[in-house]
Amino acid sequence: MDKATKKVLVDPLHVQNPITLQVLGICSALAVTTKVETALVMSAALTFVLVLSNVSISLLRNKIPGSVRIITQLSIIASLVVVADQLLQAFLFDVAKEISVFVTLIITNCIVMGRAEAFAMQNPPGKSALDGLSNSLGYSWVLIAVGLFRELLGSGKILNYTVFEASADGGWYVSNGLMVLSPSAFFLIGLIIWVQRALSPEMNEED
Amino acid sequence: MELINLALKSIFVENMALAFFLGMCSFLAVSKKVETAMGLGLAVIFVLTITCPINNAVYIYLLKPGAMTWVGVEGAESVDLSFLGAIAYIGTIAATVQIVEMAIDKYSPKLYSALGVFLPLIAVNCAILGASAFAVQREYTLAESTVYGVGSGIGWWMAIVALAAIRERLKYSNVPPALRGLGITFIITGLMALGFQIFGGIQL
Repeated sequence: MDKATKKVLVDPLHVQNPITLQVLGICSALAVTTKVETALVMSAALTFVLVLSNVSISLLRNKIPGSVRIITQLSIIASLVVVADQLLQAFLFDVAKEISVFVTLIITNCIVMGRAEAFAMQNPPGKSALDGLSNSLGYSWVLIAVGLFRELLGSGKILNYTVFEASADGGWYVSNGLMVLSPSAFFLIGLIIWVQRALSPEMNEED
Repeated sequence: MELINLALKSIFVENMALAFFLGMCSFLAVSKKVETAMGLGLAVIFVLTITCPINNAVYIYLLKPGAMTWVGVEGAESVDLSFLGAIAYIGTIAATVQIVEMAIDKYSPKLYSALGVFLPLIAVNCAILGASAFAVQREYTLAESTVYGVGSGIGWWMAIVALAAIRERLKYSNVPPALRGLGITFIITGLMALGFQIFGGIQL
């Protein structure tokens, strides 16, 4: 594996993380992270859409005229999202009912559009697929980490498996109501950014 | 009177950015300076004002179950195209954004380069798709959806300008180096959102 490919594959996990550095895809990170389960399914659906959209936009990159590129990219992405949604409804109907709103939200997840605009429009399909994969992994780990903390501190459970006995069920853990509210996701992502940048100071911003 | 209430509700109680957390990506990334925040905010108001009623009209006259009755062809009244909603709305939005982009490029190249990649990203600003979806879901009339579009736009603009003003002030505070920029912005937005929870549940 040459250096450039490795960079495409590894950078989005940490130093070019889509959420904590490129500031893309925040809305869904706030909406689906109250539980680990929704975060997991959302990550899987996003990976599917992002890899395929990067490949198809990259294949068409020399044929898309500049003046209508937004509409072209969006119709490709929207079609892929509809496919993902229909697949979930066909094979995982129970889960699909629970998360269908979030799947539709992938259309407006700016990671997909952002990567199409910033990477797939300039690079060949193979590289774009890798870029899509690594960006969705970078997105997924942040999402799952936030979901983990919110579910654990908010209700004392992880994946519906009780870790802390919540006081509502007669246990000792007084659940933290703030963690269920959306603002807590902001604080958690802020803290993740803090840790990441303390570890690699080259990510710091000159402010 | 109804419409004024709806406008106030969409600006404060249901603030797109701070109550529903929609349009967060550009909200966080383009709020470094009040000037650019102002530009993006105005572009969002403009796009919302146009797309919200158009999408509502598309739903009422084309997609709603039985909406095609006006075509007059036999069987048209049983057509239900509502599953095409998301694609149709995003089509309208993308077309409008493309027009705005070309206009800004022509008349204000400075603003164009300041907005950078976030101008095309207005198309995927979930505040805009969200407003259209809410208007359809709540069965607003055309007038109501226009007011709702303008109101949510103003609410979003207000929030991003406020955040940008706070961030300009932050230059004078001693933030830990690793938290500077994005990190502290997340925490400030969290605090602003907590503050906006006070509007939750107000009935107008």
